[in-house]
Amino acid sequence: MRRAWDAATGRWTISGVGILEQMPVVAVTRDPLDLQALTAAIANEAAGDGAIAAFTGLVRDHNQGRKVRFLEYEAYEPLAVRALERIVDEARDTWPDARLAMHHRIGRIEIGEASIIIVAASAHRAHAFAACRYAIERVKQIVPIWKHEHFEGGEVWLEGATADPDDEKAKLAAYRIACA
Amino acid sequence: MRVTVRLFARLRDLAGAGELVREVQAPATVQTVWRSLTAEMPSLVQYENTMSVAVNAEYAKMAAAVSDGDEVAFLPPVSGG
Repeated sequence: MRRAWDAATGRWTISGVGILEQMPVVAVTRDPLDLQALTAAIANEAAGDGAIAAFTGLVRDHNQGRKVRFLEYEAYEPLAVRALERIVDEARDTWPDARLAMHHRIGRIEIGEASIIIVAASAHRAHAFAACRYAIERVKQIVPIWKHEHFEGGEVWLEGATADPDDEKAKLAAYRIACA
Repeated sequence: MRVTVRLFARLRDLAGAGELVREVQAPATVQTVWRSLTAEMPSLVQYENTMSVAVNAEYAKMAAAVSDGDEVAFLPPVSGG
């Protein structure tokens, strides 16, 4: 059970055993996210490891003083998948014993529902927590996904970082937050 | 030559379309495509200093060369997560 590049789908997959076969390491999907399944897939691959850390991003009911009704997420899907893969690779370069998986949901997502799930496994907790935190910080920096916020009284596109995967300062900022 | 332009989020709203096919003179760069687009739709110019660009779904620079049939994407600041 190892990471494998599936040229047919253009995705990395964990080809596992049991019920979790073909769970992609990274995904951009319109379907509800399944943290339990992703955690199990990573745990399955991480035999002998001592730690799994997970992060779930939820749609919040308020933002900048506005009462949020729901979010509509848009993605440039092929580049978003590549950017997620890049983050997995960066994390592996930084914490070679850590393995990451992350799924981002797009489309309409209701208050309280998950928009992103990230799972990081490592031999020890420090690297699992760090890789997980690093991943979400990098997602916000370089993954071409946008929130269209529908709030009481209107709607607005949220805009955060100018995506530049080669910006070493941004990468270092994410690393510092991860290791704080 | 012919390129496909992809626009996302507020850039898509401003342009009124997420995908446009445009003729540009060869040799062209991403900058050439952007100039012709903003000449047509001046409201997009406000993103010139904050957007990112991609060619064939890979991040690229404004100076990157563009070939016939390429997909050139203009991306407002991202807000995923």
